[in-house]
Amino acid sequence: MPTDRTTKLVSARFGDDKARTMAGYEASGGYATLRKALAMRPEDITAEVKASNLRGRGGAGFATGVKWGFVPPGSPKVHLVCNADESEPGTCKDRELIYWDPHLLIEGMIISAHALRAHHNYIYIRGEMMREYVVLAKAVEEAYQRGYLGTNILGTGVTVHLTVHRGAGAYICGEETALLNSLEGLRGQPRLKPPFPAVKGLFGNPTIVNNVETLMNVPLIVDKGGAWFNGLGMGRSGGTRMLCVSGHVEKPGVFELPMGITFRQIIDEVCGGVWKGRKVKAVIPGGVSMPPLDADELDVPCEFDALQTDERIKPVMVRPGEQFNLGGGKALRTMAGSGGVVVLDDHCDIPKAVWRIMKFFAHESCGQCTPCREGTGWMEKVARRVADGTGKPGDLELLSSIAHGIAGNTICALGDAAAWPMLGFLTKFRADFEAKIQQRAA
Amino acid sequence: MSLEFSGPAKQKIAALCERYPDAGSKKPVVLAALHLAQKEFGHLSDDALRLVAATLELPYAHVYGVATFYTMFRREPGGVTTIRMCTNISCMLRDGYDVLAAFEQKLGLKKGESNKEFTLVEEECIAACANAPCAVVGTKYFLDITPAKVSAIVDELRSAPHPEGEVV
Ligand SMILES: Cc1cc2nc3c(=O)[nH]c(=O)nc-3n(C[C@H](O)[C@H](O)[C@H](O)COP(=O)(O)O)c2cc1C
Ligand code: SF4
Ligand code: FES
Repeated sequence: MPTDRTTKLVSARFGDDKARTMAGYEASGGYATLRKALAMRPEDITAEVKASNLRGRGGAGFATGVKWGFVPPGSPKVHLVCNADESEPGTCKDRELIYWDPHLLIEGMIISAHALRAHHNYIYIRGEMMREYVVLAKAVEEAYQRGYLGTNILGTGVTVHLTVHRGAGAYICGEETALLNSLEGLRGQPRLKPPFPAVKGLFGNPTIVNNVETLMNVPLIVDKGGAWFNGLGMGRSGGTRMLCVSGHVEKPGVFELPMGITFRQIIDEVCGGVWKGRKVKAVIPGGVSMPPLDADELDVPCEFDALQTDERIKPVMVRPGEQFNLGGGKALRTMAGSGGVVVLDDHCDIPKAVWRIMKFFAHESCGQCTPCREGTGWMEKVARRVADGTGKPGDLELLSSIAHGIAGNTICALGDAAAWPMLGFLTKFRADFEAKIQQRAA
Repeated sequence: MSLEFSGPAKQKIAALCERYPDAGSKKPVVLAALHLAQKEFGHLSDDALRLVAATLELPYAHVYGVATFYTMFRREPGGVTTIRMCTNISCMLRDGYDVLAAFEQKLGLKKGESNKEFTLVEEECIAACANAPCAVVGTKYFLDITPAKVSAIVDELRSAPHPEGEVV
């Protein structure tokens, strides 16, 4: 049975200021599932998570139970790390989740750590999230005092430690291997993969990195069962989705919504329509790293697979007539990403918006790979002159070729994250860019 | 001039060193120690970096490399309160650049500049996009800002500063 729009799993305690405290959280049923989970075998918890079709909410949508299964059996030291670095432009759900319900995250981490037999675990929280750090640090302290964290939890023999680790300003630290380097006290630069963190991660030990929202779903799955959670979703994606809607809508906000809701429904029915009575020009479906949708592509659901494969979404092109190849001849449409839905209205200056996105990536490239370091800076420069009306004939071809040169040729996915929206906007809004260039010629 | 951490800061660092038993060194505490040093000394001078290196038994070059990678650390003195004003996509779409300009005008500072009271930073997305344009100042968020609200925000921060060090 698919969810209706009133089903709230991870945002059920939003607006309740008492839920942030141990007493308030317990009064609303908190930590009851922990007792149940501690009595379960770790394998059985992982099996429930697999059955739930919970998929990572951090950006890639990878199946959580499958990822947990990559930890080599019998590993003596395993770590679970929560990625609370949220900084993908347009995304503002993890910050709200932590602020309103820190104990649900902690409960999810204890249960998940038990499933993974992980003893020393960390929440990597973005440095600029100072209010949320205070909230989380206090909640962790309460959980230690109550005996939910530490050695021999509630007399079960299970040991789970949890430490909140503050970052210090760097988008790239959201990439999981950069995050691990940052946790280790290094510069936050991504590592070459393989080995993947599940095999060799923090301090050289098998490590699972999961997003805040991903981990907060785990207590609900253990409580009500994987089949129940899967049934709430759509296709191979279980549960609900936290969506952050911003930009040109009447009522922006952070909403927990059904997997199957379409972008048109989100805009018109949840957010009161486009502001000022205008029309949609473009929608960024999952943070600025993802190629945009145009006004004809809004009837697609926000579900993970649909955004990658639904043929109503036009494929991204390298240049007119040449489709971008994601590997093995696969087309790139778009992806669900981080849940950051940004709506651009029909008065929007698209080249200027694209320049701002490119400026972001140029600023955040860690500089390890030449295509990303040089390419993001170059795209920003060319996108800026196109946006301010001083672009030259050939600039659009130049932007395409720089983006195409970056995609697939870098250590981490930040390179793709810069290239894909560049190509996506050029594919779907080429006329807007051409008009800017002709403006100069005139 | 050699610097020293306060008693509470030393205790905090010592406690944190216990939290990473699998690390085999005190390296994972470097970000926290740099946050503490910035709180106590205002900025990360060469001496402050040397103090962090000595405290954590790390090479100076390592600490320098880390301190210069992350944008929240400053090597030069700055204002008591740092205003981080977002101009990224969602904020830009709702006139965030006009708000930034209003801050510049009210403070008499360009973005990136400081006086004794304030540092004004043009920030990337601060994860409050649904309330764009927005700014974060220590533990306080200013949401749905318009240029007209800027003057009152600055006055409020003058009477109740929010230094980032309040957190560590
Ligand atoms: C440049 C870049 C930035 C990222 N930023 C974040 C982030 O802020 N938060 C997050 O959870 N995942 C982020 N990710 C994805 C992580 O690498 C990782 O896939 C995710 O944390 C795994 O958790 P999940 O499986 O629960 O989604 C980022 C990836 C890249 C390439
Ligand atoms: S792709 Fe960019 S951000 Fe990622 S490792 Fe290479 S230079 Fe760094
Ligand atoms: S874009 Fe400004 S807070 Fe996210």
